[in-house]
Amino acid sequence: MSVSEMFAALQGALGQDQDIREEIRKVVQALEQTAREILTLLQGVHQGPGFQHIPKKCQKAREHFGTVRTQMESLKTKFPADQYYRFHEHWRFVLQRLVFLAAFLVYLESETLVTREAVAEILGIEAERERGFHLDIEDYLSGVLTLASELARLAVNSVTAGDYSRPLRISTFINELDSGFRLLNLKNDSLRKRYDGLKYDVKKIEEVVYDLSIRGLNKEATAGAGEEK
Amino acid sequence: GSGGFRKRKHDNFPHGQRREEKENVNPPSALMTSFKSFQLELDSRHDKYERLVKLSRDITIESKRTIFLLHRFTSAPNGEEILSESEVKLEAVRRKIKQVAQELIGEDMYQFHRAISPGLQEYVEAVSFQYFIKTRSLISVEEINKQLIFTAEDREETTNMTSNCHAKQPHTWSLKVTPVDYLLGVADLTGELMRLCISSVGNGDIDTPFELSQFLRQIYDGFTFIGNTGPYEVSKKLYTLKQSLAKVENACYTLKVRGSEIPKHMLADVFSTKTELIDQEEGLP
Repeated sequence: MSVSEMFAALQGALGQDQDIREEIRKVVQALEQTAREILTLLQGVHQGPGFQHIPKKCQKAREHFGTVRTQMESLKTKFPADQYYRFHEHWRFVLQRLVFLAAFLVYLESETLVTREAVAEILGIEAERERGFHLDIEDYLSGVLTLASELARLAVNSVTAGDYSRPLRISTFINELDSGFRLLNLKNDSLRKRYDGLKYDVKKIEEVVYDLSIRGLNKEATAGAGEEK
Repeated sequence: GSGGFRKRKHDNFPHGQRREEKENVNPPSALMTSFKSFQLELDSRHDKYERLVKLSRDITIESKRTIFLLHRFTSAPNGEEILSESEVKLEAVRRKIKQVAQELIGEDMYQFHRAISPGLQEYVEAVSFQYFIKTRSLISVEEINKQLIFTAEDREETTNMTSNCHAKQPHTWSLKVTPVDYLLGVADLTGELMRLCISSVGNGDIDTPFELSQFLRQIYDGFTFIGNTGPYEVSKKLYTLKQSLAKVENACYTLKVRGSEIPKHMLADVFSTKTELIDQEEGLP
């Protein structure tokens, strides 16, 4: 092969790569739109009346996740199945966002931490790489850390809305989450940076609980700090 | 109780530690069990990444040494010796690449690509340099990858394989250099060829520069054809490539215009002055 033939072939390969990335970008944009819709919906729980409508919002959110599953199916078809990490950067952000939204949804429904397998099911993907388009563990953990920040905010707004028991339950939940994260040996990457924010969330929630307890507002303290997993 | 809260607010003692002590009394919750498994998964992933980084560094070092060795090649008597020694070195590099391939069995190569890419680019540079010296042509990426198909050398090797092997152990491993790593390695090769051009004149070889000029132009045309359709790292190399080509073309010009006037043993001196001038004019950043 002459040099020019070699480069022509290489250019062909690069061009193909660009085409695939373009296709992926389109589906990711659609996923981002759906994610924004779910976020707008769930964010409503921070408002006063929002608290009463939690079950309805969760149900609506679940419907939106149906759309997410359809869009994920489409995304899976845009590239060779064994090259997940070649293109991973394209959907990493939106996937982390969707993990957070699924975790928030499950927390609102059951006040538990959604498992990796459960998130994968909600999103219509696999939990393990060998099975296909999967949820990378670092993306799962990033999404969970975003949940912590959201719950810190929710603790504050619960008090404002007159719900004095929720912050106590959030506190128990976050403290256990913090213990879990302390087990991890993280490298100096974006996950580590996000994890560094967790201590501020913990502190904020502690302060809320403190404010309630010194004013005797946490009468349901013992009952409220129920058995969370 | 509330007293405990007040204290906790003001001291810096990590409350999590107190919680961990409690945990030892009670069985771990499902959440803690999950996070323990995450710890193991992440540790294992990081360990593998580190092993690959180390291999990549070894590959880089040995490839660079091969390139230095090849610069000592001339058509003088010890030329053949240098070529065989370079082959020995490249075989050693390929053995490292085999270890990389073994680490990547059952993995998605792209998950660890950043760990091994620098080493592979350096290897491409070394092997294509050797190939050029031998054949005066450019090695293809297919040819490179053909040499990166490995088989189990002996039974002992298969029984001592890394832990992530399945019952049916594969007896061949392979690594494919990606088109991008190939292009980046070839771009770096042009820098070495430019150096070869300058030093060959110093050795009294006035044919090589013209061959190199033609060869480099072909490569430059190839990169021009690709333009910006590749990733950013490829486009970035285009600038340096152009400079290398310019140096070689200027060397040919000097030889053509002034080569016949100057005794061979003084050519090297003319050359070094000229190239210094080029460097100053271009105002190297």
